[in-house]
Amino acid sequence: MIPSAFDYAAPQSLSEAISLLQGNAGQAKVLAGGQSLIPLLKFRLAGPELLVDLRKVPALDHLEERDGHLAIGAMVRESALEHSALIASRYPALLDTSSVVADPLVRNYATVGGNVAHADPANDHPATMLALRATAIANGPNGQRTISIDDFLVDTFETALAPDEVLMELRVPRPAAHSGSAYVKLERKVGDYAIIGVAAQVTLDGEVCAQAGLGLTNAAPRALRPREAETFLVGKRLDEESIRHAAELAASAADPVSDLRGPADYKRAMVRTLTTRALRLAAQRARQA
Amino acid sequence: MAQVKVNINGAPYQAEVEPRLLLVHFIREVAGLTGTHVGCDSTSCGACTVLVDGVPSKSCTLLAVQVDGGDLQTVEGLERDGQLHPVQEGFWEEHGLQCGFCTPGMMMTAVALLERNSNPSDDEVRRAISGNLCRCTGYVNIVKAIQYAGAKMRGEPVTGAAESAA
Amino acid sequence: MAVAVQGMGHSVKRKEDPRFLRGKGNYVDDLKLPGMLYMDILRSPYAHANIKGIDASRALAMPGVLAVVTGKDLDAAGLAWMPTLMSDKQMVLPVDRVVYQAQEVAAVIATERYIAADAITQIDVDYEPLTPVVDPIRALDPSSPLVRPDRENKTNHIWHWEAGDKEATDRLFEQAAVVAKEDIYIPRIHVCSIETCGCVASFDRINGKLTIWMTTQAPHAIRTVFSLVSGIPEHKIRVISPDIGGGFGGKVPVYPGYVIATVASLQTGRPVKWIEDRSENLQADSFARDYHITAELAADADGTMKALRVKTVADHGAFDAAANPSKFPAGLFSICTGSYDMQAAHVEVDGVYTNKPPGGVAYRCSFRVTEAVHAVERMVDSLALKLEMDPAELRLKNFIPPEKFPYKSATGWEYDSGNYPAALHKAMERIGYQDLRREQAEKRARGELMGIGISTFTEIVGAGPSHTFDILGIKMFDSCEIRIHPTGSAIVRIGVQTQGQGHETTFAQIAAEELGLPVANITVEHGDTDTAPYGLGTYASRSTPTAGAATAIAARKIREKGKLLAAHLLEASPDDVEWVDHQFQVKGDPSRAKTMADIAFAAYTNHPQGMEAGLEAVDYYDPPNLTFPFGAYICVVDIDRGTGEVKIRRFLAVDDCGNIINPMIVEGQIHGGLTMGMAPALLEEITYDEAGNIRQGTFMDYLLPTAMETPAWETDKTCTPSPHHPFGAKGVGESATVGAPPAIANAVVDALSHLGVTHMDIPIKPWMVYKVLEEHGLAQP
Repeated sequence: MIPSAFDYAAPQSLSEAISLLQGNAGQAKVLAGGQSLIPLLKFRLAGPELLVDLRKVPALDHLEERDGHLAIGAMVRESALEHSALIASRYPALLDTSSVVADPLVRNYATVGGNVAHADPANDHPATMLALRATAIANGPNGQRTISIDDFLVDTFETALAPDEVLMELRVPRPAAHSGSAYVKLERKVGDYAIIGVAAQVTLDGEVCAQAGLGLTNAAPRALRPREAETFLVGKRLDEESIRHAAELAASAADPVSDLRGPADYKRAMVRTLTTRALRLAAQRARQA
Repeated sequence: MAQVKVNINGAPYQAEVEPRLLLVHFIREVAGLTGTHVGCDSTSCGACTVLVDGVPSKSCTLLAVQVDGGDLQTVEGLERDGQLHPVQEGFWEEHGLQCGFCTPGMMMTAVALLERNSNPSDDEVRRAISGNLCRCTGYVNIVKAIQYAGAKMRGEPVTGAAESAA
Repeated sequence: MAVAVQGMGHSVKRKEDPRFLRGKGNYVDDLKLPGMLYMDILRSPYAHANIKGIDASRALAMPGVLAVVTGKDLDAAGLAWMPTLMSDKQMVLPVDRVVYQAQEVAAVIATERYIAADAITQIDVDYEPLTPVVDPIRALDPSSPLVRPDRENKTNHIWHWEAGDKEATDRLFEQAAVVAKEDIYIPRIHVCSIETCGCVASFDRINGKLTIWMTTQAPHAIRTVFSLVSGIPEHKIRVISPDIGGGFGGKVPVYPGYVIATVASLQTGRPVKWIEDRSENLQADSFARDYHITAELAADADGTMKALRVKTVADHGAFDAAANPSKFPAGLFSICTGSYDMQAAHVEVDGVYTNKPPGGVAYRCSFRVTEAVHAVERMVDSLALKLEMDPAELRLKNFIPPEKFPYKSATGWEYDSGNYPAALHKAMERIGYQDLRREQAEKRARGELMGIGISTFTEIVGAGPSHTFDILGIKMFDSCEIRIHPTGSAIVRIGVQTQGQGHETTFAQIAAEELGLPVANITVEHGDTDTAPYGLGTYASRSTPTAGAATAIAARKIREKGKLLAAHLLEASPDDVEWVDHQFQVKGDPSRAKTMADIAFAAYTNHPQGMEAGLEAVDYYDPPNLTFPFGAYICVVDIDRGTGEVKIRRFLAVDDCGNIINPMIVEGQIHGGLTMGMAPALLEEITYDEAGNIRQGTFMDYLLPTAMETPAWETDKTCTPSPHHPFGAKGVGESATVGAPPAIANAVVDALSHLGVTHMDIPIKPWMVYKVLEEHGLAQP
């Protein structure tokens, strides 16, 4: 499997990258970790004329808390999250997620930003970002803008990014006290896309759920936020009964398709099972937080 | 065309290549180091695993231009001064290889694991090699081989499954 | 003092490993010859289509492209078709139609790999799509599209084959108190050695010699076939099978790519390299299995098995190209009475063409034995459910008793040796069978699900005796040539070909044991038809049963001469010289002894008047029978009630392969075999949509197990030597692949049996299990 020919540029600055994208309208692709893009090139399912590699663009690999949020630079690798004490202590859903994306070697290159910006409903991070209420920072010819994750994820393989815009950073609000989060993925084997994946974040006020976020992987043409389930949980005691009911609502919101990973009704049932498990785990972590 | 300049196992290699040249082909065809193999098209098997700046990487899913300026290590660089690396020794002593095709990639992943975690549990070993497919061994002896290497690197006494030579 | 030979029974460190560990293996793709060209293949997107025309002009205009080879070109040379082992023929490149998706359509020869890959996208093929037939049952309907109009018989039915006694079987079924019946589908799967297939063909125009480095498990047979098909004299063809990155049966067939690359080298006079992509390997190379089985097992009310009746539809794809050298179109499938003493059995198989890739190779097994074992081991459990009897107890009641060996089976096989109760008892004891059953009962009461599955299989390996096997008329002997050098070291050349089994070590051990030379002083060579003696290759666990036997016998021939030399050196009568502790000594006087090294030196420096110099021997061994290794496997699974996932908690394999050459290597073979048994039980399958599109064409969907899915296998053994093998060994490389799938399937069915489940087809996927749980209200997040 050999890619078709393309030109390659590794700009030294963001503005250079943007102008390269601008100058090759629609024919250029941004290369971050390349773990989704290069296989597409090899199978000749993508044939851009130019690859704009971000590896030399400065200040895209930061992973730190600032101004009340976690900032994940566009070039931060999955493995960086996986081995970060900060992530492990405060953002368990991100740790869960980055530990199950593809396989450990792929995670050494795959970026969190790429996982989200590829907008594959089978990718794991979009669901987590939905549950965590993330925002995306994009930069383009018209400057920088902030896009909520709900608006960022438009459809299968489609984001709100313009062809000459670059995803700079993902921002995850720092969780309030007594918060917990989790991502639970069901896969056929390691390295596989999710049959279904569910991300959950809850904030507890005593035993009452003060805030809830949910995100579903591979349950619809795009990563899905089951809003009714979230709304239902707020103000309820976070016990087995309310969790089960929320899981039912999440399953109703899902719109999976039958494929090699299972029939649609099974996947819907898995939304129920995994939502239950993700919420249980998130609640347990919130109680310990 | 693009200029690619890398060190592989400490030796410099420089070539004018097409941007689309996959790193694995740079290593095999340009540098002539054929110990690194290709087993799939889909970033699934890990037969092409090398270390790029110490990080285990699937070289079939990297462009050579992406690692320009990098420091690479392949299976050919594991042996030092006629001494097998403990990971190589472990694979030999514990019968961690059969056809040998996945072995170089598997060993490179193991080397990186032991650099990061000098005393992994069996589960951690299995997790670490889960991006490398082996069709022959059923992994049991690979896990043992890596544990053997870890023990050896920690200076603990080691005994493998194999008898020493007569 | 005895010589430290490290012969039989020693876990000798592998002699081949030093090169692999250093990345210095010699795989086909590692070869680079001056002036070498690269070939890439354009493949059909359609499962069934007419080819109205091929326009290669754009490709030919590309710099670096030397040629585009099509079926028309090959047809002109009489090479558009090639023969198969099954008396069928197979397209090398199609002249006017394609019959399966990913079939080879044209090949580009170019100066660079990347240029060849670009050029195949520049060939315009005018296809006229035809309706394909994908399902073999439907293919038997006369209204279905005809897959092979080139054949005289205008039907998709290829052959019908039967074994056993129909009348006796039917009579026993009429009398039976209990009959268990299941429809069992064993899906299409693919061996997926991590190295794909490929070759470098190099024709030297000056001396007229064709050399082909090829990923083949059977280099000699390939040379003969190539000579017969091409007309090139056999001494002008050299096939070299260098290091092979796994075979498992997938590297037995001759694939069109090998032939096209060879033709391209003949035409250009330059070396041509062809290496498959994984997708090509998975989509077009020979598949395994695809057996639609209906099986019935009859028994008395007390559980005494009486008879087995099996009907099968075998999907062979578009060409009957099974790598099956037996005289039976369904291979060894009639071994399906397994380890059980039955009065009669009747087996029927119908081979069918469909618009799918051809094949019917083994997947690390011996010609359909896995299908047979899966059927019978599943049926025993199905019968146990009917009888409400413990499946272990039912097995123990019906095993062929140890004293009945050699045993003639109801379908005519003569089992060489076995002790089935011993193996099962050992397995049950070691895993704590009764405790597991108690635990299961307690868990069931709480609604939790665990299952215990048993498989007590008998394998049939070591093809094979010439009354049962041949390849295009060539008998399935195998060979060894041993030459001992003056200073007491030796070279052993064998006709079989390792793909990871460790022949360079184990064959040295056999020779060491028989010759009394240290293993370290013995070199084993194979895989080069110019130097190795003729043999039929390595597959079907045949190396030790055939070439292993030849090695022992060749060594014994050397010992015969050695004895005369020893008598000469010891100034004794040959009758007074005996072979004790790996050396010759005068009977009753260990102080008067000569080692093989002494003998070797004498053979070149001090042989008696009238004796030829040198010390060497050759043996071609035609085995009198197959060998029948066996085992008792027990698998324990837990089922996740929220997802239907099956987790293998424990898997114990007790194997019996007779006398063992290298215990470490045997254990390694069993670990690998178990993993390739687990894979089709839980993960791997190849399916097609209605249009004949493959659904699992890459490793993204064809699910090879990683270290995470693979359990920590537990192994043990019993030892029942083969009475007819020179050193009592049996083949073992595939036992575990054959024995493991039913143990796992039986465990899952066992976990669900109280819900009325009697059978599940493999691979058992989480959603299949979950469906059962949901139906019975047992699903729980």
